[in-house]
Amino acid sequence: MSALLAADLAPFPVPSIEYSAISPLIAIFGAAVLGVLVEALLPRTARRPVQLVLTFGALAVAFGLVIWQRDTRATVLEGAVTIDGPTLFLQGTIIALAFVAALVMAERRVDVAGDDFAPRASALPGSDYERDLTRLGWLQTEVWPLLLFSIGGMVLFPASGDLLTMFIALEVLSLPLYLLTGMARRRRLLSQEASLKYFVLGAFSSALFLYGVALLYGFAGTVSLSGIAEALTDDAQQYGLVLGGTALVAIGLLFKIGASPFHQWTPDVYQGAPTSVTGFMAACTKVAAFGALLKVLFVALGGVRWDWAPMLWVIAVLTMVVGSIVAITQTDMKRMLAYSAVAQAGFVLVGVVAASPDGMAGTLVYLVAYGFASVGAFAVVTLVRDATGEATHLSQWAGLGKRSPLVAGVFALFLLAFAGIPLTSGFIGKFAVFTAGVASGAVALVVIAVVASAIAAFFYIRVILLMFFHDPAPDGPAVVVPSSMTTIAIAVTVAVTIVVGVIPQPLLALISDAGVFVR
Amino acid sequence: MNPENYLVLSTVLFSLGAVGVLVRRNAIVVFMCVELMLNACNLAFVTFARMHGTLDGQVIAFFVMVVAAAEVVVGLAIVMTIFRTRRSASVDEANLLKY
Repeated sequence: MSALLAADLAPFPVPSIEYSAISPLIAIFGAAVLGVLVEALLPRTARRPVQLVLTFGALAVAFGLVIWQRDTRATVLEGAVTIDGPTLFLQGTIIALAFVAALVMAERRVDVAGDDFAPRASALPGSDYERDLTRLGWLQTEVWPLLLFSIGGMVLFPASGDLLTMFIALEVLSLPLYLLTGMARRRRLLSQEASLKYFVLGAFSSALFLYGVALLYGFAGTVSLSGIAEALTDDAQQYGLVLGGTALVAIGLLFKIGASPFHQWTPDVYQGAPTSVTGFMAACTKVAAFGALLKVLFVALGGVRWDWAPMLWVIAVLTMVVGSIVAITQTDMKRMLAYSAVAQAGFVLVGVVAASPDGMAGTLVYLVAYGFASVGAFAVVTLVRDATGEATHLSQWAGLGKRSPLVAGVFALFLLAFAGIPLTSGFIGKFAVFTAGVASGAVALVVIAVVASAIAAFFYIRVILLMFFHDPAPDGPAVVVPSSMTTIAIAVTVAVTIVVGVIPQPLLALISDAGVFVR
Repeated sequence: MNPENYLVLSTVLFSLGAVGVLVRRNAIVVFMCVELMLNACNLAFVTFARMHGTLDGQVIAFFVMVVAAAEVVVGLAIVMTIFRTRRSASVDEANLLKY
């Protein structure tokens, strides 16, 4: 009987697994799984130190492994994962940004009640139970494994070699983020509402992404990125499937990027989420999603460039203009930074539309510059507080420069970097994407981008004026002195913003060494 | 039977789901509509697998089912939390964040 069965079955090829190439992923996901076990097995008081050691240890190890793998250019796991120069650069960037953002999340001195997270997400807001937990000083430690799973998804996202892996990575990075969004300690109703909105719109966009994958599979008969590229060169039949699939996959990714008109969730989620989580997702999600977008467009869909480039052109213009103009009318600091993030996504898209190696290099430079400035800016927002928590209304920031010149000065530096003022990293990023745009012939797009950056500069400078040239309100918020965690995070982001702005050559050399995606 | 009919059905289901997400007001119903969209994707995958004569699409359908299950867990947790706070699962009443 067994011989009969064996004869009927085709020989099962043993998949080869290249452990060294995926070692950063193993480190992060392994630590995440351990973190879940820690939640289940360790007593409550012992959990936080263990989780912190696991999280920061795993991120440090993963970063080291990415550096160790820096010369790997390979398609591994039977084509499910491709590791190459740009992928490794993106992975390193995501891990570094996540490390800095996690430092802000670990802060527990700025809020008198504990850290940034509700002691128990299931406790009703305002209930006696919640008050008791707060009084007892309970801290939520489940956020750490959730964070690690999310980072793992982000690190896998730009490394995907086929669209199925990309979809799984998309979900693995999104699902924990939906939960993290809903766990704020203060203003819990806003936080829960943000979580619901993020979840509904996120699930909707991943369903669109998946249908796009189905259409591309219907066209090519495979979901591997290189297989789709080959099918595109073979024949031009069933062109409708390609166009529909490209559009839907791009919408799914542009949603994660927060490009207009798929940006509607951004302001609500950025405002409602705990601020440390906002910093994390503003930086890391954007880097990961842009990495995945570049990979899909250049590796799989390079053959239909003339179909997706005009679509992205329109979206880039919309994103820059909507983000810059709507940001002017905002009165809440986190919401203003959210619209600023939308506008920044538009500037990065200029590099993608350029569809050239220079454009891709420019995109990577911009992502590094924006990512660190963004984590730093949200870290500063966590420090300005009054009795009810963070003071996020713009009017409360009036005269902050007179009360604490250092914090206001640091925030001004990040705003200048967002605005793209020379000697900050933002200038290098803008310069790189705009020159790539002009070189590829998209002059009109670059002109619109420059005008949009001028509009954006207006509201950044307005905040700086507000901080330094207005008198502080008598009952205004105070700047809390954080522990070494947030201090290190802000110091690192300031250092990157200035160093990349003044001596960009090492970063540019690193990116040009990274080369292009392998197929 | 012509497998293309299944593609038409999948498109109809997907569109129904998408319209449902956009017009329905109860978070649970919105959520069911997302699941409908995912299952429409599954139908498309399986049909394309049949048309191409490859197994990939069928395997993908399994992955999608697992992802959909994970999404249910997270989604229901969020909807439950909101419902316990507000005594309502309407997506219209969650309107503190705007403009």
